[in-house]
Amino acid sequence: MIEISGLRKTYRSKAGAVVAVDGVDLSVGEGEVYGVLGQSGAGKSTLLRCVNMLERPDAGTVAVGGVELTGLRRKQLRLARHDIGMIHQHFALLSSRTVAGNVAFALEVTGVPRAERRARVAELLDLVGLTERAEAYPAQLSGGQKQRVGIARALAARPKVLLSDEATSALDPETTESILRLLLDLNRRLGLTILLITHEMTVVKRICTSAAVMRDGKVVEAGPVADLLRQPGSELARDLLPLGGVEAPDGTTVVDVTLSGAEADEPIIAELARRFAVDVRILGGSVETLAATRAARWRLALPGAPEDNWEALEFLRKRGVTS
Amino acid sequence: MTWSEVVELLGTGLQETAWMVGVSALFTAIGGLLIGVLFVLTERGGLLPIPPLNSVLGLIVNLGRSIPFLILMVAIIPFTRLVVGTSIGTDAAIVPLTVGAIPFFARVVETALREVPSDVVAAATAMGATRREIVGKVLLREAMPGLISGFTITIIAIVGYSAMAGTVGGGGLGYLAISYGYQRFETKVMIATVVALVLFVQLIQMVGDFLARRLSHR
Repeated sequence: MIEISGLRKTYRSKAGAVVAVDGVDLSVGEGEVYGVLGQSGAGKSTLLRCVNMLERPDAGTVAVGGVELTGLRRKQLRLARHDIGMIHQHFALLSSRTVAGNVAFALEVTGVPRAERRARVAELLDLVGLTERAEAYPAQLSGGQKQRVGIARALAARPKVLLSDEATSALDPETTESILRLLLDLNRRLGLTILLITHEMTVVKRICTSAAVMRDGKVVEAGPVADLLRQPGSELARDLLPLGGVEAPDGTTVVDVTLSGAEADEPIIAELARRFAVDVRILGGSVETLAATRAARWRLALPGAPEDNWEALEFLRKRGVTS
Repeated sequence: MTWSEVVELLGTGLQETAWMVGVSALFTAIGGLLIGVLFVLTERGGLLPIPPLNSVLGLIVNLGRSIPFLILMVAIIPFTRLVVGTSIGTDAAIVPLTVGAIPFFARVVETALREVPSDVVAAATAMGATRREIVGKVLLREAMPGLISGFTITIIAIVGYSAMAGTVGGGGLGYLAISYGYQRFETKVMIATVVALVLFVQLIQMVGDFLARRLSHR
């Protein structure tokens, strides 16, 4: 649904050039919730703004729904943007219009005739659960309600794709949760493809089926979350499933095991202890229900040197990823 | 001079001042909005980036703002004569008042437009809004409370300028205060003029505040 290839964007100022996006390739499939994770300054915001050409890339191409955006003229680009909704960290609502007026604005811009607007506004507000606040002004709303208006507005033109620019970063954890639930619901009900950028691991955990990690303008790892978890040394796996835990005791073999899917639900530690008669110790670990899959990661200590434990290690290797 | 004569004089003076200020304010609103909006649009990274035009507009505004009104009024007498046929009287005063107030209001417009958060403009762009829609429905509409407050200040500045214009043959309250109150030692006229000006300005400010408040939903 979204194909980004060889994307590059440099900001030039008197102080010198900053390469914000440095050759990024990204492919978002239809119906996916794709999260781009990174610290601030990693270039993810620029990347997102290049997808609807709010920023013109210096090189590379962006295609949304098969339409190559980089080559479009102003007017065509304007029309193409109707198929790409966007929500913003600070909501970006019109303070001078009511909730209904803000949603109506999106309809005006996309050329929906006046007669149809009322019904469509009501429909959209119902979709995000804000029917009762239709006549309120943004200043009278809570952060979560403002973002719901933002979402209703972004969906006004029935886009195929929704871009989310840190949409939950200004919200408290509870509100974040409700907005994420709404996004997931829209993804499932409308088949909406979502590309989001965030620095919050929770967002990826809760709703993303695929993810990319960005650093210094480059994508360092990318793919379906379930696949990334199986990848040895994956940063995302490490951050999604933090080990915490304690120091390894002397004379033991320490092994990290990552399990996903059905394997995550198996009592493998008990099985390990029973089958190989090892006094396995759990040094740390976490178990998570992710949007994509169930996953668990353990740091285990087996008594003795690795040579003494090769059978047990082999058993673990077959079940999940070890390192 | 009796109080009833003072009141009669005051009536005429107030009328002349209101006319001068009203007409200049109208032209100033149009000219200032045009220049202010164009200035914000044409800057680098703006919606319609034309840096050379931007520099020219900036220069005009700064030039206009740095010339003291008294000097401006005298300096553009030939232009005034060209426009209204004379350089004396209330109609003639409207020309320098407008020329002097446009740069002032253009700056006010610029400041008010900059208060509109850039992500709101970006959001409208991302929705596929035209430039015309963004200017009319986003920039100007969102900046309206600021524009009204700024316009109120501008009108009050014009009232001040108009008193100056009055002293050199422009008529209005300024002329009354100088020619009767000062030169003919008619203290009653002086006091009445000052009171009238204070009330006049107060009224403008109150109306401006009221409108700005009504339109602000921040």
